[in-house]
Amino acid sequence: MNVQILKLLAKDARMSINDIATVTGLSEPEVSAQIDEMKKDGLIRGFRTVIDWEKLDEFYVSAMVEIKVTPKPGLGFEDIAKKIAKFHEVESVYLLSGDSDLCVIVKCKTFQDVSRFVAKELAVMESVTSTKTQFVMRRYKELDVDLEVTDPDERGVVSSC
Amino acid sequence: MLNYESILNDTITEIQPSGIRKFFDIAATMIDVISLGVGEPDFPTPWKIRSAAIKTLERGKTRYSSNRGLAELRKEISSYLSRKYELNYEPESEILVTVGGSEAIDAALRSIINPGDEVIIPQPSYVCYVPMVMMAGGVPVIIENKAENDFKLPASDLKNKITDKTKAVILPYPSNPTGAIMERADYEAIEELVKDTGIILISDEIYSELTFNGKKHVSPAAVGSLKERTVVINGFSKAFSMTGWRLGYTCGPKEIISQITKLHQYSIMCAPTVSQYAAVTAMRDCDAEVEAMIEEYDTRRKLMVKGFNDIGLECREPEGAFYAFPSIKSTGLTGAEFCERLLESQKVAIVPGTAFGESGEGYVRASYCYSTDHIRTAIDRIGKFMDELKSV
Repeated sequence: MNVQILKLLAKDARMSINDIATVTGLSEPEVSAQIDEMKKDGLIRGFRTVIDWEKLDEFYVSAMVEIKVTPKPGLGFEDIAKKIAKFHEVESVYLLSGDSDLCVIVKCKTFQDVSRFVAKELAVMESVTSTKTQFVMRRYKELDVDLEVTDPDERGVVSSC
Repeated sequence: MLNYESILNDTITEIQPSGIRKFFDIAATMIDVISLGVGEPDFPTPWKIRSAAIKTLERGKTRYSSNRGLAELRKEISSYLSRKYELNYEPESEILVTVGGSEAIDAALRSIINPGDEVIIPQPSYVCYVPMVMMAGGVPVIIENKAENDFKLPASDLKNKITDKTKAVILPYPSNPTGAIMERADYEAIEELVKDTGIILISDEIYSELTFNGKKHVSPAAVGSLKERTVVINGFSKAFSMTGWRLGYTCGPKEIISQITKLHQYSIMCAPTVSQYAAVTAMRDCDAEVEAMIEEYDTRRKLMVKGFNDIGLECREPEGAFYAFPSIKSTGLTGAEFCERLLESQKVAIVPGTAFGESGEGYVRASYCYSTDHIRTAIDRIGKFMDELKSV
């Protein structure tokens, strides 16, 4: 495991092996080997792109669905959480502290699709006692990336300080 | 019409505007320039700090503070310096909050210089020291630092410049523009040299947070007996990305700080109060933000150094500040020629080493206060320029 490589990739998944080697002081084959090993160990689970979908006409709709569950004896919330995670429409599943038990991020093409999915699939699952669906209206920040328009560089071209 | 020449102050008129002003002016007016020329962080001030300033404004805490600075801030500075650099200063009598590090340097010099006193200045270094010494009535004495000494100040070089008129030595480390740092042993050698003298050390540590390769910043005031003769200068601009807030501070023996405080009190009154409240938050709550910025600088630093070496410009690894200082001697051009032709041919702006003193000849300064993509593009273009030079 190499935390330095993880930190670099967390910031920029497309950082080249060559650049990672420069920054970590490892050789390129060493970097590749380490990344492969971390993938094999399930530490690195994927490389995704942060996209501002709202820039497109047909972006998807997401909702945060808070779910209350009657935990099963011996299985707790594991069983239901894993089942929910298998749906194509589900982007993330988290176990929560507080009023609700699970937070599920659902992603569909339209509002109706989300409503249908929650009503037909999630709400009726065994041990789900209630759902509360909150639609995402606007995204401001995603995976550490500020989606607001950033200001141009107002610093001068050259300075001695 | 008035004869201004006969009216104006001789010392001030004698100070020449920097020789590379012309180059700066050309660069500033060109469009589509990709610059590595600015010595100012690209990160915005961390939001917590800006938010603290907004709250200060909302509560209307916008009056003068005490001359020395808010008591709360001086306490925070004291504990920050102790936790970071093993420095111990009394908030009541040994710390003064100033308008940037610049005011602190100026006031520190004016508090000690009598007419004709010599102040030793290692170069290449930030441009303000020579004019400030002159404005205070002192005589600048330059030491040319060398690449073979990693641009440090060797005690032996210092020894050669010390006379019975030497009042002070400027210690500008971590260094703009070379990226050099001084380590404990370097200061121990200087301690040995100055121990029986009255020489004051003015240590400009504005880049103290920015050191790399696991080397923590060492202040001369934390080395042996040097504290009694050291005036520490520091500030918020570089570490917390707060350049426009104009906030710095100086610490030292109360006998000196009380004199500097008089200068400050009569010419400045107090540092901006809103900035001072924001700075309390900076020191108290922003370790994680600062750490993230330093990590990012470190990544850029390594990519930039490798980039320069790959295109045939030999570049030492800087261990502090946020500048690379590659040698351009292999091109046969002067620093000014290199920068002017690079700007014209590839529209990349970097600063000739001579902007920081004659001993900067043969070097250029490139700042890595830019995104990695930006740095990569700039270095690619400098690489093309190098190819052009070779093909001529």
